[in-house]
Amino acid sequence: MNVPAMELRGVSVNFGSVKALQDIDIRVFPGEVHCLLGDNGAGKSTLIKVLSGVHRPSSGAIFVEGRPVAFRNPRDAQGYGVATVFQDLGMISLMSITRNFFLGREPTKSGLPFSRINKEFANRTARQAMADIGIDIRDPTQAVGTLSGGERQSVAIARAVHFGAKVLILDEPTSALGVHQAAMVLKLIVEARMRGLAVIFISHNIHHAYPVGDTFTLLNRGRNRGTYAKSAITRDEVISIMSGGEDLKAVEAEIERLLASIGNKAAAPAFPPP
Amino acid sequence: MAAVEQQAPSGESADRFGMRRKSAGGPDERLAATGRFTQLIRRPETGAAAGFFATMIIFALLPGAANLYSLQGSMTFLTLSAELGIIATAAALLIIAGEFDLSVGSMIGFAGVVIGLAVRELHFPLWGGIGLAFAAAILTGYLNGLIVVKTRLPSFIVTLASLFILRGLSIGITRAVTGRTQIPYILEDVPDPATAALFNGHLLTGFFQWMATQGWIAARSDGTPFVTGIPMSIVWWLALTALAGYVLTQTKYGNWIFATGGDADIARNVGVPVGRVKISLFIYTACAATLLATIQVMEAGSADTTRGLLKEFEAIIAAVIGGVLLTGGYGTVYGVLFGSLIFGLVQMGIFYTGIDTDWFKVFLGIVILIAVLVNNYIRVKALGRGGGK
Repeated sequence: MNVPAMELRGVSVNFGSVKALQDIDIRVFPGEVHCLLGDNGAGKSTLIKVLSGVHRPSSGAIFVEGRPVAFRNPRDAQGYGVATVFQDLGMISLMSITRNFFLGREPTKSGLPFSRINKEFANRTARQAMADIGIDIRDPTQAVGTLSGGERQSVAIARAVHFGAKVLILDEPTSALGVHQAAMVLKLIVEARMRGLAVIFISHNIHHAYPVGDTFTLLNRGRNRGTYAKSAITRDEVISIMSGGEDLKAVEAEIERLLASIGNKAAAPAFPPP
Repeated sequence: MAAVEQQAPSGESADRFGMRRKSAGGPDERLAATGRFTQLIRRPETGAAAGFFATMIIFALLPGAANLYSLQGSMTFLTLSAELGIIATAAALLIIAGEFDLSVGSMIGFAGVVIGLAVRELHFPLWGGIGLAFAAAILTGYLNGLIVVKTRLPSFIVTLASLFILRGLSIGITRAVTGRTQIPYILEDVPDPATAALFNGHLLTGFFQWMATQGWIAARSDGTPFVTGIPMSIVWWLALTALAGYVLTQTKYGNWIFATGGDADIARNVGVPVGRVKISLFIYTACAATLLATIQVMEAGSADTTRGLLKEFEAIIAAVIGGVLLTGGYGTVYGVLFGSLIFGLVQMGIFYTGIDTDWFKVFLGIVILIAVLVNNYIRVKALGRGGGK
């Protein structure tokens, strides 16, 4: 428990003269849900690309289970047990759940004239892997395109868990979902945590992140604005820091002044009844 | 928070999150809705099969049906279907992988020229000429695929260039060497009946002869039947369709073909060798064109630089009629089998009904339009709900 499943030390990313990330330190432990929170433009997307192996940091180092690593690409990161579920979910809608589940890792058995995919095993395993984390799929041969957003997210998470992820990175898994679907995905995150995975949950929605998170790292304008244990911070404090606290108060004051200045005009109905 | 972490003791109480744990055994109550009919119509080959049977019925009601559906008539339209089907199956796999090969027709002409020139001018043995043609096909397919994969240009444009280059080479080389655009008498100096029979022979000739002596099938006055057996083109067609169908639906490589056409970036991220899949399929289409060219050269005994004109479009049409999605990622080769059957049947049917064959293309256009509409409908059905990815 003392060795972080994944750790970033002093990671910075520059795109030309743009400093997308500056001096980021993050540690995530097995059995912990670590939420990365930030508004648009805070650097969440860049950070996830560093964590998942899409981008290399300009400076700083990445450690997996205490060993320094340099990911060449997302597939390489997977080899270290770092699996990322991107927003496209890495699944092909016209293909079945099973075919997606095992894409690139198809289980085969001998056959004529060529060895064939072991479909019974694949269907059974995909179904079982989903059932293990508490998701009941109707028919593993149905196209992924027929699933709801939450179900698709679940298949992607189940796949990462089944293929031995130690660190599960979820990029805005709930952002496009309704309340019930989001709850389903949040429960999966808790399920993954209970299995001892380190979960990195990227979100801009504190209401989704706060209930499941153990630790919160707040990003703003490419910098780490602090990492807090849940016991050390309230939901409102998180919101305040995320939005830049003082900035938001200034904006509120400005809006009030604006409303006061237009006063009666704003109060009058725009289209008076005839 | 508390609600999220609370573990539901049994299946039913987990319902609060709109999901339930899988209870052991028993069918899922949500699965009931799909009837047999919907399941059938969701199969991508259903539209083409229905279209084929509808076309058969239409021609059965028209004059000339007796000749069309006689053994001889059937064998003729099946041969036409077979010749198209050989290249359409290959085109279908490539379309499912998300690419087009417009150079198929020119490759037919080019391969024929290679066989003809190798045998007549370079005095190759027949099998040597055929081997050289396949080598040329592998090279052409490899280059087509390599350019498409490396440059990421649309294959439509890249293979359109190959279409002109190959056709130009066929005509240019043939005229430069022989002074003509045709190469006759290819089989004259090189008697190699075994190789020729592999592409132009007939199967079950004994059986057909026996049926003729029994008086079951039409025979000439000397007792030999009009239809001496099943042409090898049909055998090649069925064998390749079965093989391609097996590869596409049963093997790892088939899974990669679907994934490559479904979303190449996602496929690449999970480790599918997208480039290799595409290049190998370009090689397959070029080789299928060469197989057809070989069959035609063995049949006619000559090569013609204009062979295979517009065949690339016929192949794509047969694939689309067969339910292959033009945008890739979805389809079946068994549907293409029916697509090719429709094509052959209409072509011969119009001939036998006495309708001016000039009208064939009008009919073809209408069939294509209907096929594309059905294609779209089936895709929506396959996804179980309206449109979209």
